[in-house]
Amino acid sequence: MSSSLQKSTAPAALTLRNVTKRFEGAAGRVTALEDISLDVREGEFLVVVGPSGCGKSTLLSLLAGLEHSDEGTIQLGEEPVLSPGRDRLVMFQQDALFPWLNALENVLFGLRLKPGLSDAERLESARYYLNLVGLGNKEKARPHELSGGMRQRVALARSLAPNPRVLLMDEPFSALDALTREQLYGDIQEIFTKRKKTIVLVTHNIREAVCLGDRVVLFSPNPGRVQQVFDVNLPRPRRMNDPALANLAAEVTTALSSHLTADKQ
Amino acid sequence: MKLPRFVIPTFIALAALGGWEWFVRVGHVNDVLVPAPSHILQWFWWALFDKASFESGHYLVALQKGELLPATWVTMRRLIIGFAIGAAIGVPLGALCARVRWVRDTIGVLALGLQTLPSVCWVPLALLWFGIREEAVLFVVVMGTVWAVVIAVQESVLNVPPLYLRAAQTMGSNGWHLWSRVIFPAALPGVLSGMKQGWAFAWRSLMAAEIFVVIVTGFGLGSLLNAGRELLRMDQVMGVMAVVMLVGLLADLVFFAPLERWLRRSRGLER
Repeated sequence: MSSSLQKSTAPAALTLRNVTKRFEGAAGRVTALEDISLDVREGEFLVVVGPSGCGKSTLLSLLAGLEHSDEGTIQLGEEPVLSPGRDRLVMFQQDALFPWLNALENVLFGLRLKPGLSDAERLESARYYLNLVGLGNKEKARPHELSGGMRQRVALARSLAPNPRVLLMDEPFSALDALTREQLYGDIQEIFTKRKKTIVLVTHNIREAVCLGDRVVLFSPNPGRVQQVFDVNLPRPRRMNDPALANLAAEVTTALSSHLTADKQ
Repeated sequence: MKLPRFVIPTFIALAALGGWEWFVRVGHVNDVLVPAPSHILQWFWWALFDKASFESGHYLVALQKGELLPATWVTMRRLIIGFAIGAAIGVPLGALCARVRWVRDTIGVLALGLQTLPSVCWVPLALLWFGIREEAVLFVVVMGTVWAVVIAVQESVLNVPPLYLRAAQTMGSNGWHLWSRVIFPAALPGVLSGMKQGWAFAWRSLMAAEIFVVIVTGFGLGSLLNAGRELLRMDQVMGVMAVVMLVGLLADLVFFAPLERWLRRSRGLER
């Protein structure tokens, strides 16, 4: 099921060319990402998976424009990515909701920064997305009054509401319990199919990657590199306990562990 | 049956006061140096009301002409003005310290040093600079307040979780918007406890200033306390001390404590 890195079936939303990122740490210079070239197609759900320390979160920060690459270029469409922007919204590992705002106000935060809308349109849009994630009745709730899963749902609504071109997800499910996570997989897939968003998800959970992604990019650590790319052609909505999905996940796991053992020798 | 919680403490307090009263009346101590509680209470009453007006039945006039309320008012006005100036300088300065490295390394470090300086130490300087005037007292209060506020604001801004900033920045927030909508609300609990600390410092420095500086522009609680010493009226000294304590407690009880509780509750830090 391996495929080439770039396929020209749809125009690329995000283009990475020879991206390298280094950090100066206490232990000297660390290469977090080395020579990454990758296309994210318009309307594609791309999942970057790999063990911790493979630079996948760094990759997301670069795409978000929160950090800058040392070498190589990142483009959104034709524009180089130089700073954070509304066209690429991020869902973080922790929900990052503002505790001084209620659910609705949190969703409105990004919308209020989007020009060219009336207040009524913003409110309508915020309510629409809160409803979409199933929290229409929790408008007035403060983040601390919501469960972990609900908070991530609000965070999802907050990132979707300003209608970004790309949605970036940085392990947003890793802090949730298994049941809540499965529910959210369902929600995300439904929203993805309905709204045809371009999504880049970063995770260390291979099953999750195969369940959600159109393509799964396997990263290897030290330094972070693209090791292999898998196409996932299973029909949606996918279920975690689907045997076909399990088979593919096993394939990815084998590829990862063979690389890790090769690395040790 | 369980007694309400206040019963035992009240009983103990009454017993202690009774014991004190008895001790003084029996003559174990010099009642000029240690006045009995009843004497203090008596002072309190006639400090609250002007005797002549009270006896002629003009109670409101008696309150206005009494010593205590006008003195308390003078002190409170100084405190509120001094504290407001101190906070108005301290909050932006603290934010600047958090934001600009070299300001933090200069003003921030200076604030840390000056905060340990008891504010009475400003009194000689204030007298030389401003003379025996209202400004001298205000200056001491401002100096007592401002550094505590600077440090608290700086710390709470530096402690705003970076995740909030990253999230806000990806949504297009920056500059003034980021400060007013994210950094300041996130730092608010810390800023408030800094204000509370600043208030406590202002209160202490004001008492010091009023005792040391005899001001012609107004006779405050500190001046009343000092006058008691000069007249050898310990009932007045102790009575004023009790009022000073009460004002401090009230400020916390009616202003800071509810504000803090509301803030903590609304963010789920406290039930």
